[in-house]
Amino acid sequence: MRHVYGWLLLTPAALLLVGFTHFPAAATLFDSLFSTGTVVRPSRFVALGNYAALADDPIFWQVLGNNLWFALGTIPTSMAIAMLMAIWVNDRLPARALVRMAYFTPTVLPMIAVANLWLFFYTPQIGLLDQLNAWLLGAPSHNWLGDPATVLACTMVMVVWKEAGFFMIFYLAALQSLPPELEEAAKMEGSSRWYFFRRVTFPLLMPTTLFVLVNATINSFKLVDHLFILTKGGPDNASSLLLYYIYQVAFSFFDTAYASTLTVILLLLLAGLALVQFQLVERRVHYR
Amino acid sequence: MSEIDLQAVSKHYGAVRAVDRISLRAAEGKFLVLLGPSGCGKSTVLRLIAGLEDVTRGRILIGGRDVTRLDPDKRRISMVFQSYALFPHLTVAENIVFGLKVRRTPAAERGERLARVAELVGLTEQLARKPAQLSGGQRQRVALARAIVAENRICLMDEPLSNLDAQLRHGMRVEIRALQQRLGMTVVYVTHDQVEAMSMADRVILMREGRIEQEGTPEELYARPASTFAARFIGTPSMNLVALEDGAGGAVIRGAPASTVLPGGGAGRILGLRPEHIRLVGAGGVPGVVSNAEYHGADTILTVQVGAESLLARAPGRVELGEGAAVRLGWEPGDMHLFDAASGARIDLRQDALQPA
Ligand SMILES: Nc1ncnc2c1ncn2[C@@H]1O[C@H](COP(=O)(O)OP(=O)(O)OP(=O)(O)O)[C@@H](O)[C@H]1O
Ligand SMILES: [Mg+2]
Repeated sequence: MRHVYGWLLLTPAALLLVGFTHFPAAATLFDSLFSTGTVVRPSRFVALGNYAALADDPIFWQVLGNNLWFALGTIPTSMAIAMLMAIWVNDRLPARALVRMAYFTPTVLPMIAVANLWLFFYTPQIGLLDQLNAWLLGAPSHNWLGDPATVLACTMVMVVWKEAGFFMIFYLAALQSLPPELEEAAKMEGSSRWYFFRRVTFPLLMPTTLFVLVNATINSFKLVDHLFILTKGGPDNASSLLLYYIYQVAFSFFDTAYASTLTVILLLLLAGLALVQFQLVERRVHYR
Repeated sequence: MSEIDLQAVSKHYGAVRAVDRISLRAAEGKFLVLLGPSGCGKSTVLRLIAGLEDVTRGRILIGGRDVTRLDPDKRRISMVFQSYALFPHLTVAENIVFGLKVRRTPAAERGERLARVAELVGLTEQLARKPAQLSGGQRQRVALARAIVAENRICLMDEPLSNLDAQLRHGMRVEIRALQQRLGMTVVYVTHDQVEAMSMADRVILMREGRIEQEGTPEELYARPASTFAARFIGTPSMNLVALEDGAGGAVIRGAPASTVLPGGGAGRILGLRPEHIRLVGAGGVPGVVSNAEYHGADTILTVQVGAESLLARAPGRVELGEGAAVRLGWEPGDMHLFDAASGARIDLRQDALQPA
């Protein structure tokens, strides 16, 4: 009888989980093994045919490369800035609450609003960046978002700006849970702030760093809202990311099977990354 | 070289006077205890000496040198924190030598000093463990080891035993005192536990609301409390403080006209008597009625109603006296303390003016 009650209690949650998570995931995997059906040519089993096509798709490789650069460019930077900001606002500053709020503001803005804001910075000639450039350096106007060489970097700067404040909150919470006597004890021994950070604060922040790292990694593959406003993945896919490409394939080209294939790759990628991260950092986190 | 001298030191937090013009001197190689109730400013005094807080007014000298504005690490002081402040991710050994590493002591010397100190506090077996894998007493020892490995002449301790159970506390009390004597350190030790103060101190400073209430050896504080506050704070059970009033033959206990205790007037005065100084006598003395008897093993604490006041008396062994039993209480005249009821200050009794109660 006890088992029956247990299962009954689990059923609602299990139904939702299966219906909206496990089934779609399995269906995606299943779909990726079939061709996309059209009116004239119904869907048929192609085994790994879609995966072979993917390997030959130059856009896939370009977008994957973009995404890796995007991750490499945004994750360490936003985490480092987040940690620095947290240490800075954890100190006894005059207008501490105000500074904290200022740092946190980008986080509460929707990505779409942020993208609109930065669009104004990057717009050629009338944009803030170009105006500053002309005024300070006398440089000619530059189409920041129209140039394949600069567009990805531009989106990265924006994402760092938005993400750092969010990660700062986690670091701040972790810093506040560190007993102040640790710093006082170190101070009595004559340790510099940098030494204390290196030997004590940073190692004690490791669990937070792991948490933030996993989140930042997932975000770097998940966060594509800005592309809809800023570049639509262009020019020439120079700023497109994996998830945005999946969206295009599924809803612009209506190739659902190929979109499923890309999705499976994205899932595998994220699962692999999370595993590696946990294993790597786990070894250096344990102290309690 | 390791004498600490505070000259009219104050520390204000806004309107709060945490420490109010305190002057004290900790002699070289002595064990000084700062004693007082919670919130009286003991920790603040310690943190001022350590340099962790800035002095609002006054001067601090260490070994004759003015260190009022000096950084904590330049003062050559060690400190044991109440919470121990051990680094949770470092091993015991790393915790102990943390300061030596900061000061770039050569590795060989570091190892030597670590071994010596670990031996001294009995931690040799636990050096590779993390603090979380230690018992409370062992953590305490790590904190102690970290403080003495620096070989500073001065060590400050802020309620280092308050997180330990009674048994361990007693053991550590003895160890800390022995260590201090052996190394000849000047120790300033903060506690609100009068037993710790009495058993460890060379000198005790009793604090109250940011000021010094009384200063002296444990014996002096016990024998001649300077105020009712000091009288109540030292000794367990604490001193009986009973109001006196004018009687026919001299001062009497309030509500007990037959209990002449002192010649002269009694109104506005308070009589202090330690429970351990009160005896049950067959004849004479002050009559009273037992209202409670609490057996403690080695002795029995009797609560005796005398007039409108009730007194505690400590009688050796088991005393077979039930509630309502009539007794007579006696004491040596020299064991009486007299205080002013309004100010609480001690009134010195002239010995020749006393007559047996
Ligand atoms: N940072 C601070 N800001 C404002 N007031 C403070 C601060 N630190 C301490 N105080 C006040 O100063 C007074 C003395 O504090 P302190 O910590 O020295 O007391 P203590 O004697 O050590 O008490 P305890 O036995 O509880 O540790 C208290 O009234 C406390 O509220
Ligand atoms: Mg305190």
